[in-house]
Parts: sequence; C-alpha cells; structure tokens
Amino acid sequence: MNEAIVEVVDLHKSFGELEVLKGIDMSVRRGEVVCIIGPSGSGKSTLLRCVNFLEEPNAGRIVVNGFEVTDPDVDIDRARRGIGMVFQAFNLFGHLSVLENLTIAQRKVLKRDRAEADAVARKNLEKVGLAEKAGAMPAQLSGGQQQRAAIARALSMDPAVMLFDEPTSALDPELVGDVLSVMRQLAEEGMTMLVVTHEMQFAREVADKVLFMDDGGIVEEGPPAQVIGEPRQQRTKGFLARVLNPTHVPVTGAET
Amino acid sequence: MAMSRRKRAQAFRNAQYAVLVLGIVAVGVLADWDTILQAFFNVDAAARQIPAIFTTALVNTVIYTTLGFGLGLGVGLVLALMKLSSVAPYRWIATVYIEFFRGVPALLVFIALGFGVPLAFNIRFEIYSTAAIALGLVGSAYIAETLRAGIQAVPKGQVEAARSLGMSPGRTNLTVVIPQAFRIILPPLTNELILLTKDSSLIYLLGLTRDEYELAKFGREGLNATNSLTPILLAGLCYLLITIPLGHLSRYLEGRAGRKQEQGLKVTA
Ligand SMILES: Nc1ncnc2c1ncn2[C@@H]1O[C@H](COP(=O)(O)OP(=O)(O)OP(=O)(O)O)[C@@H](O)[C@H]1O
Ligand SMILES: [Mg+2]
Repeated sequence: MNEAIVEVVDLHKSFGELEVLKGIDMSVRRGEVVCIIGPSGSGKSTLLRCVNFLEEPNAGRIVVNGFEVTDPDVDIDRARRGIGMVFQAFNLFGHLSVLENLTIAQRKVLKRDRAEADAVARKNLEKVGLAEKAGAMPAQLSGGQQQRAAIARALSMDPAVMLFDEPTSALDPELVGDVLSVMRQLAEEGMTMLVVTHEMQFAREVADKVLFMDDGGIVEEGPPAQVIGEPRQQRTKGFLARVLNPTHVPVTGAET
Repeated sequence: MAMSRRKRAQAFRNAQYAVLVLGIVAVGVLADWDTILQAFFNVDAAARQIPAIFTTALVNTVIYTTLGFGLGLGVGLVLALMKLSSVAPYRWIATVYIEFFRGVPALLVFIALGFGVPLAFNIRFEIYSTAAIALGLVGSAYIAETLRAGIQAVPKGQVEAARSLGMSPGRTNLTVVIPQAFRIILPPLTNELILLTKDSSLIYLLGLTRDEYELAKFGREGLNATNSLTPILLAGLCYLLITIPLGHLSRYLEGRAGRKQEQGLKVTA
C-alpha cells in the first residue's frame, strides 16, 4: 500500500464553546482521491482548513507530506508549499493578471526565475484550458474560468496533495462541468486529492474513498459504491436521500 | 383645474426661472456695485499681491501641508497597524490617540503646540517643525482610520490564498494586502490632503515672519495694507488652485476604485 500523504489523528477543533471537530481520524494515501461529504455545518471545511493549518486545531496530530503541521516548531510556510488549496470563492489575487497569479508564489516563495515560473504557469494554464487567458485580469473571467485558474495556481507550486473546499458550489450550474472535468483529469494523472464536495456523481466516479461527516465526526467511510451506493448508517441514508432527491423529502415534522 | 403631468412640470419650471430672474434683478438694482467692485476686484490691490502671493504664500502653504501630510501619513500608518495589532494595549493606545485628535479642534492643537508647549517646556521649534507636527497630529488621526479601513477592506480570502501558497505573513502583506488596500485608500487619502491644505491656514496663529507667510496670513496682511477685500479673494482663489485639482484627482481615483470594486464584487458573488 502507498504511504500516507495526509495523516490526521484524533483531531479536535472548537470555536469558543462550539466543538466543531470531535476527534477525527483519517488518512489520504499517495495518488488517492478522498471525497468528504456531509450536511452543512458538519465541519468539512474546518477539517480541510486544519490540514493546511488555516485553522489551528485544539488537539490532535496532522502530518502532511512528511511535515507535522501541528508541531509548533514546524516551518508552516514550507509545509504549505506542498499543499495546494482551492477555495469555494476562488480567491484569485484581484490586482494581478492570471499569469501573475500563477507566477507570484513560484517566484517569491520557490525563488524560481521569471522564465521558469512563466513556463510552469503556462503549462498549467494549458492543462486547465485557459492558455489564452494568461493576460486577463481575474475580474474578466467567468466563475468557472476563475476556479480553473485557481486550480492552475495551486498546481504551479508542484504540490504533493491538493485540497478542494467545495470548488463548484459558487458556480452557475452550466460552469460546474468544466471545473469537475479538470479535477477528473488531475485524478487520472495520479494527483493526491482531498475534496469536500456536494457533487455526488463526481464522488461516485472519481473517489477512491468517501467520508461521510456529520456533527463533527466521521460517521461512515469506504469506497463510494458502499458509502453512496449502499450506505449502512441511518444518518448517511438520510443525508443522501435529501441530496440526491431533494424534492421527495418529506417536510421535517410532517412525518410524525 | 386639473393639469396634465407635463403641464404641471412646465409650470413649475417656469416659476423657478421667474424667481431666479427676479432675484438677479433685485441684486443688480439694490447692490452697491461700485463698493463691491472696489472691495473685491481692486486691480491696484491685486497688483501689489503679485508675485509674492504665489512665490511665497502659495509655496509656503504647499510646503506646510506637504510636511504635515508626510508626517501624518507616517504616524497614521503606525497607528493603523497598532489598531490592527493582536496586542490589546497597542489597540487601546491607538484608539485613545485617534479619538482625541479627531475630536478636538485643530485650532486647539495649534495653540497648544505654538504657545503651550514652548511655555511649559521652555523649548521653541522653528516654524516648519511646528507646522509639520501640528498638522501631522491633526491629520494622522484621520489618516490612521482611512488606512485601517482600507487594509481591512481587503477580503480575508486573499490572505488565506497567499498563506496557502506558502507566503509568510510579511510577504503576504507586501505582495497581496498592501497593493490592494492602496487602491481602496487613495481616494479618501486625497480628501484628507484637501482638508489638511485648508487646516494649514491655522499656522498664521503662530506668528510668522514675512518669508513664512502662508496664504491666509498673506491675505490678511494684504487686507491691512490695501484696505481691500481683493487680497482675501486672491488668497481664496489660490486655495482653490490646490484643492480643485486634488478634488478632481480624488473623484477620478474614486471612479476607478469603484469600477474595480464592482468587478471584484462580481467575482465573489
Ligand atoms: N471562524 C469560525 N468561527 C466560529 N465558528 C465557525 C468558524 N468557522 C466555522 N464555524 C462553525 O463551525 C461549524 C462547522 O463549519 P464548517 O464550515 O466546517 O462546516 P461545513 O461542513 O464546511 O459546512 P458547509 O457545507 O456549509 O460549508 C459551523 O457551525 C460553523 O458555524
Ligand atoms: Mg464548508
């Protein structure tokens, strides 16, 4: 079996009084695609943000790509170079062109020279189908194009693992497909990916493993055919019923 | 009698023009034009102001304002960073400073600095230092708030994206936050500069030598010398020479920032 790129052990995270993660254990192996599904507020984003230390866990241990990010003495900036992050809101740098968005961290963080950074950036823009948009400003792109540029930006750092936090949730329905197909292609190329998503079809077809989270814990995990196809836990079944067939859910309270 | 909407609008507009014409005629007939022209548009009095009103007064006003604005910008930046600090006492100190200097009249600051401090501590600054410090104190409080608001207006996601790419906090500020905050801050900062230009007139309180005259004092001396309002009008026009271009610049920058913002909002929507 491949080595674990992401290893999370007994992770706890609270915001003030509110305990959001109540002891999470999980791992992502090299080349694996792991999808996290679950209802709103269950702690999916918080888990993902703990993995690259955008949120500071209260307890537990997280090792990513050989860096123990929860170690107070770790060089977190160095650890983050190996962790690509894609946000729901894209977060492209608004004052920089698409190409500059892709080169700025390569040059300032990885100290690549301009020619090399440009070459890497253009290769990745090509990969996400935005080669001709290198000179555009982010505001001139559609949401789907922005998200693909954001993916290319993360890829330009040659990360060992990519984290996606609901990358298509902010997109108009007709733009979702482009972004998903880029992610699909990445998975096929063997990229290690940890993806929070509501796209069940994507999870079913691309994921090696699906985690169902509810109320700060992992309720059920396994291959997608099991977790999405034949869920064992009542809470998973309920969630999937609501997500896959939203119009056929009885109004809560009406069933009693 | 019922009027159509168009007729009513027409009648209302006609009434307004009638009042306007009446007013102009009344002023034309009743005003003492000789006296007014003599007071405001006295060519002899004007001639005596030139060129010193430009070469001394206007130049000094610009110098005092620039010095004050420069100092205000420096102190304001420190205050803004203090207000954004995670160390609470820094925030308190900055808040007290800002509330104090935003709340007290600039006049009081000038009196304190020009007369109070020399008396109490037996020191005397030369005029350019006094002007810079007084204007700097007054300006820094407003500038600090402008800078803080600008820095905070940069979405948190921008910082998170930069940190996720492995940028250090300092690098993030330098390459992502400050350039974007700058665009937001520029228009209100230009307005601060206009306000400070006008506040620089208070320097005349401090007692100036001829070479140190700024526009207000220069106009005042001109009034004494010529017994005419013309020097005051000239001084006023000189202020407009500074403030109107700055105002246009501010609006231009604002329009540009607004368009940027709009595009930015479209992005995050
Ligand atoms: N910075 C924060 N401060 C306080 N509470 C927070 C913060 N971030 C998240 N929370 C709370 O933590 C809980 C979990 O949030 P999280 O964003 O991880 O959920 P999620 O599973 O990603 O939900 P969604 O599907 O809506 O994105 C929520 O109740 C949320 O209100
Ligand atoms: Mg979320």
